[in-house]
Amino acid sequence: MNRYPAWKYLLVVIVVVVGMIYAAPNLFLDDPSLQIAGGRTVQVNDATLKTIETTLKSNKIEYKSVVFDDKGILIRFTDEEVRGKARDAIKKVLDPNYVVALNFARTTPSILKSFGAEPMYMGLDLRGGLHFLIEIEMETAFKQQLERYKNDIFDVFKENKERKLRARSMLIKNNAIEMKYKTADKRNEVLAVLRNKFLSDMQFSTFDRGDAFYIKADITRQKIEEHRANTITQIINVLKKRIDDKYQGLMEPVIVRQGDSRIVAEFPGVQDSKEIIDVMTAAASLEFRMEHTGYSIADAKAGKALGASIYKERDTGREILLKNKLIITGQDITHATATSDQNGQPAVSVTLNATGANIMKDNTRENLGKRMGVVFIETVKEIKRINGDNVPVKREIKEVISLATIQGLFSKRFEITGLSRVESTQLALLLRAGALAAPIEIIEERTVGPSMGKENISKGINSVLIGFIIVVVFMLIWYKGFGLLANVALVVNLVLIVAVLSIFQATLTLPGIAGIVLTVGMAVDANVLIYERIREELSVGNTPQASINSGYEKAFSTILDANVTTLIAAVVLFIFGTGPIKGFATTLSIGIATSMFTSIVGTRAIINLLVGSRKLSKLSI
Amino acid sequence: MQLFSKTPTFDFVGKRKFAMMFSTILFIASIVTLSINWLNLGLDFRGGIEIELGYAHTAKVEEIRKALRNNGYKNAIVTEIGSSGQNVTIRISEKDNSSKVEVSNAVISILKTSTSDEFEIRRREFVGAKVGEELREDGGIAMLIALASIMFYVMLRFEWRFSIGAITALIHDVGITLGIFSFFKLNFDLTVLAALLAVIGYSLNDTIVVYDRIRENFRKIRKGSTLQITNTSLNQTLSRTMMTSVTTLFVLFAMYFLGGELIRPFAIALIIGVVVGTYSSIYVASSMVLALKIDRSHLIPVTKEDKTDSYP
Repeated sequence: MNRYPAWKYLLVVIVVVVGMIYAAPNLFLDDPSLQIAGGRTVQVNDATLKTIETTLKSNKIEYKSVVFDDKGILIRFTDEEVRGKARDAIKKVLDPNYVVALNFARTTPSILKSFGAEPMYMGLDLRGGLHFLIEIEMETAFKQQLERYKNDIFDVFKENKERKLRARSMLIKNNAIEMKYKTADKRNEVLAVLRNKFLSDMQFSTFDRGDAFYIKADITRQKIEEHRANTITQIINVLKKRIDDKYQGLMEPVIVRQGDSRIVAEFPGVQDSKEIIDVMTAAASLEFRMEHTGYSIADAKAGKALGASIYKERDTGREILLKNKLIITGQDITHATATSDQNGQPAVSVTLNATGANIMKDNTRENLGKRMGVVFIETVKEIKRINGDNVPVKREIKEVISLATIQGLFSKRFEITGLSRVESTQLALLLRAGALAAPIEIIEERTVGPSMGKENISKGINSVLIGFIIVVVFMLIWYKGFGLLANVALVVNLVLIVAVLSIFQATLTLPGIAGIVLTVGMAVDANVLIYERIREELSVGNTPQASINSGYEKAFSTILDANVTTLIAAVVLFIFGTGPIKGFATTLSIGIATSMFTSIVGTRAIINLLVGSRKLSKLSI
Repeated sequence: MQLFSKTPTFDFVGKRKFAMMFSTILFIASIVTLSINWLNLGLDFRGGIEIELGYAHTAKVEEIRKALRNNGYKNAIVTEIGSSGQNVTIRISEKDNSSKVEVSNAVISILKTSTSDEFEIRRREFVGAKVGEELREDGGIAMLIALASIMFYVMLRFEWRFSIGAITALIHDVGITLGIFSFFKLNFDLTVLAALLAVIGYSLNDTIVVYDRIRENFRKIRKGSTLQITNTSLNQTLSRTMMTSVTTLFVLFAMYFLGGELIRPFAIALIIGVVVGTYSSIYVASSMVLALKIDRSHLIPVTKEDKTDSYP
């Protein structure tokens, strides 16, 4: 007789019920919605809500609801076209400083939410949106690290002035710092000091060349790795900050590290890549330098102006001579906002950190009545025609945006003028979010339009459904009663896959759907194996119950081997694959696991429950 | 319904020499076409820019080509996709490694100003050449690691001869599928690579089922030669092999016809792979084991197998 202990039935029931609860949120489609948030200068309040409601009503735009939520105001619509109209209408009446973003609002019923159940996370290919792969120029980050250590060593020399440790020359060469000394004794003395000071940071070695004695300092592997990790984290944080700042937290990008020097940034539902790319890659900064009055421009052009360089003034194009010595840079700015000065001209109000403030105070005291220049540095990318081909090039532009006489002492807070309003806003944003620790480059971009996303969903779902129906019908014809059983298992399997994807909030992509489709095809395999076995057992004259038992038993090791090998392939894909391959591997692995459960344990439970204790003369197989 | 009312008695093993020859010829042909044509690598592996535009009416492909040619994009490839004639893709391969955002922006603005019809951007992708190169390598590595782990598992569960047999069948399947992609110059992108790995999983599934039966029969049937037992095993599993291939093919054809442009290459790869994989699990995998002189003594367990009722 075929019977299961009670706990096995219970297990099946629990798995199915839990699966259904967590798969259920996917039945409730998201509402297209508009999200409205305030900015630095405007707030979302009851009046805003009123304005929105009256605007929608007067334009006869149908909406489901307008409510406050944690980010501002959320307006739900029934279809996307209406939402588009609503956005245009609202943008017309609201202050342009409000951020109006398109997104999708969940409609999960609260009872399901109380279980923590949420719908699957759709990949960009299904939702539409932007995907970027960003490469960090680690070479530059490493050079900066070397440069910093060189300064640190120099500081040690300065601190021990009386010992005269200073090297005759100190250069960065072959990814290391080289210091030159005249005598071996001096070199060894310095070596001892440095080793003691930078024990965990650098490895020191010595060599002699010509009649000079050298110390070579290499940064330790560990420190390089540490710096690399920090650089990536810093850049991810800066990117997040910039995007959040610019879009008031409405964008919800996914920005994560990928590998040693890359970052993936995804922006669901966003179409206009230009603006986002600009925000992410923008590298504008400021430098403050005093005017050099000791030379004329002509001197400088003849190369006679030591310690000074020529800059162009932005508005007039006039040439100005500034000192090479830096006062402070944008790095010392802790806070910046775009405002207007007394004359109503756009300005950026900045706040310096303590060090910057001190330097600025000393500088203004020493240079009272002299002129200070603010240099705006911007990296622009443009396309140049070279021999009829279009070649993208990077160019750094340094321009003086203001040259003003220092009227009085100032330190921590002051204003900078000379930029347009758009530039002021952009600069303030960049100064606030901080500069990137290393230059970045976008090496891959994928944009999926919203209609394409919709098409992918419907086509994907259609192909799953049709393939599913064909298999179901086929199984029914082929294995009759047992075929029906296999079909039940197949449906439950689909529910479980969706449930697992929802629970882990794994990303469902188009290749992911392909993975599901493939599992549907392969999930029946386990049942086919079992049923063919049962048929064989029956054909050699075994009783139905015995045939069922040995059919399941004998097929088990085959199914296990077959599935484990496929699972190996899927897991390898998951580990080594990226993007679409990963999506495919995810659903395939989940599908293999769930299908083993449903087609072996699930179908057996039903058989045992229905006919397990009855005397059978025939099987519907 | 049943495919065969009794266990069939096809002489698979007797035809193995012929099958081996057929497979060898196909495999060599695949290598030849791969070495001549290589693969029609997609954007994922090659790097470059791909923009898909959707028009409200039939797209004027000639006009688009002309506009791009006149504006410095001589190498742009413009093709219609789908049957409606409303969607076009523009491919530009950029050799230098610098940013391509500007290039794709430039292309779009050229089309906005120099062509008359309005369009929407359905999809826009660019992949740096370096990324493509890495993907090619990573994909290859993933494939090798998958093969090695599978080989190890089969060796553990069966015997080294089976391991060699299974791997031969897999290399055979992947090789011939690649050969077909190369010969017909089908677009080879990341999803096809995923499909190829799925083919490995699938074909292996089939092979393991056959091997499992061979192992079982060696232990059960005391009489009969190695050849006979192998042939019986193939016949006993034939109906299952066909069933599973057919149901999987049903789904794959549904994907091919309904899944849309992006899924189609994936479906093609799997359809080819499933057909070749089914064939190889019957002919190649078992022939290989026979060629390696498998013997009953190799499969008689040294220790008695654990036979508790831990089965579900």
